[in-house]
Amino acid sequence: MIALIRRDLRRSVSSGGATLVVAFFLLVATLFPFAIGPDGALLARIGGGVIWTAALLAALLPVERLVGPDLEAGVFDQFVVRGMSLALVALAKTIAHWLSFGPPLMLAAVIAAGLLNLSADTLLRVEIGLLIGTPGLAALAVATSALVAGVRGGGAVTGLVMLPLAVPLLIFGAGSLDPAGGAGAVKLLAAVSLVLVAGAPFLAAAAIRAGMD
Amino acid sequence: MLFSGVSFDLQSGNAAVVTGPNGVGKSSLIRIAASLLAPFEGSVTCDDTKALLTEASALDPDRTLIAALRFWAALDDKPVADTRIARALSALDLDALADIPVRLLSTGQRRRASIARVAASGAPVWLLDEPANGLDTVSIARLEALIAEHRATGGIALVATHLSLAIPHAREIAL
Repeated sequence: MIALIRRDLRRSVSSGGATLVVAFFLLVATLFPFAIGPDGALLARIGGGVIWTAALLAALLPVERLVGPDLEAGVFDQFVVRGMSLALVALAKTIAHWLSFGPPLMLAAVIAAGLLNLSADTLLRVEIGLLIGTPGLAALAVATSALVAGVRGGGAVTGLVMLPLAVPLLIFGAGSLDPAGGAGAVKLLAAVSLVLVAGAPFLAAAAIRAGMD
Repeated sequence: MLFSGVSFDLQSGNAAVVTGPNGVGKSSLIRIAASLLAPFEGSVTCDDTKALLTEASALDPDRTLIAALRFWAALDDKPVADTRIARALSALDLDALADIPVRLLSTGQRRRASIARVAASGAPVWLLDEPANGLDTVSIARLEALIAEHRATGGIALVATHLSLAIPHAREIAL
């Protein structure tokens, strides 16, 4: 399991995928002040939601590379021959994917918060939300990648498959920023993220198995 | 249906060669033996660990050959993996390429690297799908010697091929 996580993490870092996610996230967050103008109060009000939207869009970028290349290279065949569970392999991929984009995104959120005039309190809420929500996003990304792997033009449908499924994370993530009633949203965000982390590897394993036949 | 009535039993030191024209199901038989495909009828029983060679190399293109082989050896969790990798590289004349990224290897070299992955696995049962594809005559001779050495140490080889390979006393399974 550790060898698998290390392998995927190394591939993600060496291919520049992790850097690309952070760069795209910051780029999207930067576009809003340019588009809306230097209205600090407005930016502060929508900034948390902007960060969540940017995170969601940035998480889409590496999805195609998570499963497809390994499926094509016969890597999953070798795992199955060794008697390894594909669900565990998918979980290892989820952990590696989260490590490659979750913590860097949380660091980049500090810069984005500066651009969007977020208060320290809101930034703290954003960081807690990202910490809880990004594992779910990673699990969803791996499952989506497995579903579209091997499909002709799979890249084009990746967003169409993943974004609607990620809407609950976005709603509860953005809801957790409310100083008055954010606690309930945090709990729901944690519940959705937990369900995704627990269930998505099985979905991914079934999709990988179907892709191997 | 691709084929029916196929039944065979391989003991320690045995080999079988699956032959037949293109599309008859040689690769499918190998995948069934590897538990990657389920037969419509019948069953496959294997008491030992298996190593599989398919058309896909399963070696990370961005890693050096030695690092790519070590990844699989680490999964096999064999303490003598490094020794076995060194022997496999030597047997297939790949020593000089050990530190080259896999993506830079030629088709034939990559094929030999895949065979080295199988040889380094330490698995008693080798399932080889068209192992001689892309190999020159010298490399084919090395492959044949490697299979012979594997059988001499009690290993089993199931080989699907459309080429003629010198595998002495191998059972032929014609599809």
